[in-house]
Amino acid sequence: MKGKAWKFGNDIDTDLILPGRYLVLRCESDLAQHLMEGADPEFPKKVKKGDIIVGGKNFGCGSSREHAPIAMKGAGISAVVAESFARIFYRNAINLGIPLIEIKDISKHVSQGDELEIDMEKGILKNLTTGEEFTIKGLPGFMRNILDKGGLIPYLKEEIAKGEL
Amino acid sequence: MSMTIAEKIFAKASGKKEVDAGDVVMANIDVAMTHDLTGPLSVEAFEKIGVPKVWDPEKIVILFDHQVPADSLDAVTNHMIMRKFVKEQGITNFYDVREGVCHQVLPEKGHVVPGEIVVGTDSHTCTHGALGAFATGIGSTDMSMVFATGKLWFKVPETIKFNIEGTLPDYTYAKDVILNIIGQIGADGATYKACQFAGETTSNMSVSDRMVMCNMAIEMGGKTGLVEPDQKTVNYLKNRTNKSYNIIKGDNDAASLEIMDIDVSDLEPQIACPHNVDNVHGISEVEGTPIDQVFLGSCTNGRIQDLRDAAKILKGNKVSNSIRMLVIPASREVYTKALNEGLMNIFVDSGALVCNPCCGPCLGGHIGLIGPGEVSLSTSNRNFKGRQGSSEGEVYLSSAAVAAASAITGKIEDPRNL
Ligand code: SF4
Repeated sequence: MKGKAWKFGNDIDTDLILPGRYLVLRCESDLAQHLMEGADPEFPKKVKKGDIIVGGKNFGCGSSREHAPIAMKGAGISAVVAESFARIFYRNAINLGIPLIEIKDISKHVSQGDELEIDMEKGILKNLTTGEEFTIKGLPGFMRNILDKGGLIPYLKEEIAKGEL
Repeated sequence: MSMTIAEKIFAKASGKKEVDAGDVVMANIDVAMTHDLTGPLSVEAFEKIGVPKVWDPEKIVILFDHQVPADSLDAVTNHMIMRKFVKEQGITNFYDVREGVCHQVLPEKGHVVPGEIVVGTDSHTCTHGALGAFATGIGSTDMSMVFATGKLWFKVPETIKFNIEGTLPDYTYAKDVILNIIGQIGADGATYKACQFAGETTSNMSVSDRMVMCNMAIEMGGKTGLVEPDQKTVNYLKNRTNKSYNIIKGDNDAASLEIMDIDVSDLEPQIACPHNVDNVHGISEVEGTPIDQVFLGSCTNGRIQDLRDAAKILKGNKVSNSIRMLVIPASREVYTKALNEGLMNIFVDSGALVCNPCCGPCLGGHIGLIGPGEVSLSTSNRNFKGRQGSSEGEVYLSSAAVAAASAITGKIEDPRNL
């Protein structure tokens, strides 16, 4: 995947990603219209399908609201790259099939608007604007399976059909 | 092998003799809680799996607290989705609009006992660790797996044990202790870890105070808060639950245990300043900051003890004309007690607004929002940008006593000055 980087800072919490007043919404495309609104009210208008969100440390801290990654899915965000993730957000995004990539100090190596290319198979993130390359740590096996199947629900359906659960 | 309390609970829940921090286990869930805001997404996800019935309708607790009474057509639609689900699935533990905030109602109604695995589609589910359960927040898709199978995978966490010692000075409370800890270790200082609160100060705390501590474990990234069950836990549970339980305690020499010593003998009231919970300062650094609204309530500090502490300060005083104060008991039980003790008269006489038990302005989705440029002083647990309404507003967090004192003077006030 290839996309434009949208950069955010440290401790991007779920209230910034999807403010509480929109939690009554349930539909992916409705939620997408408020994505990152707490941090940048214009973001929903600017973001394009395939774009990549880049954050600092503790990305996604705060609430368990799955509305936050659902809004990302609705907006067509292809991946989130950050220095570290808060745990509930991490699980939620993987469960929805959104790739999350943890790279130390990535904020220092990506500027707003840089073109990024991610190859999950090879485990490489390339900043096409600067030419820098970074290795992506592999996910633990079972999480990789969930992501490969497109999320927890398709994964579960298969496991249940196989009689594994 | 020596194990932490968290490891022991996961070993039991996954049918193993031993587990180690870092192991990935499939655990059986004892209690699964969802509410009016995150419930509808859980139901939708569950329906996508295609399993017709939930694994055990008696282990699911559903309640409405975030938007009660419904304040919009969207909110009432969510309530209707959940009522329909409750009926279809025969869920027995259902609390409609009247009971209060999930993290107060679950323990009150005896749904949580020591040694269990409790999951909820709410990040502050960690509160229930105060009773010695392993309780953690999950998303709606994870919840759909629990609904369908009764199981969920977990990475067994390491534990940070906060050994808290010392007598709390006057006008300092559990809230000041936890804010101080978060200020010290930072918003991601305990990411993925179980935060166990121990030491003499914790032993002397009531179960309510322990809930305050565990409630905010998530604000330092913790997977849960935990307090080892003791006689106080047993006393709390008496007359509340008919579930049987085993007291599980941890081993002090467990390998995955990290220890942090905290001395509270010189603590002053603590304030978390905008816009991060770890931006904590002693009150002396911020007193005098003008405010527009005081919110006394939430799953952190909306319990009877908080209302008592606040009422004691407010009695015979008036809420400053320059601000508004909202008092929102965390549950109907708290509300009734406060009525019987005459606390509600004190609040109403002082000019505070008393609202029905609910989350209120805590998450900026329902009543009592703040506008651009306004400042809220709140006894809740998060002060993120936009948390209580406008993203140009500011939220400070404090104890109930500081909230009450500040309501009188209309600025952040040290209760020791009054
Ligand atoms: S009171 Fe606030 S923190 Fe607690 S459950 Fe409600 S919205 Fe969440």
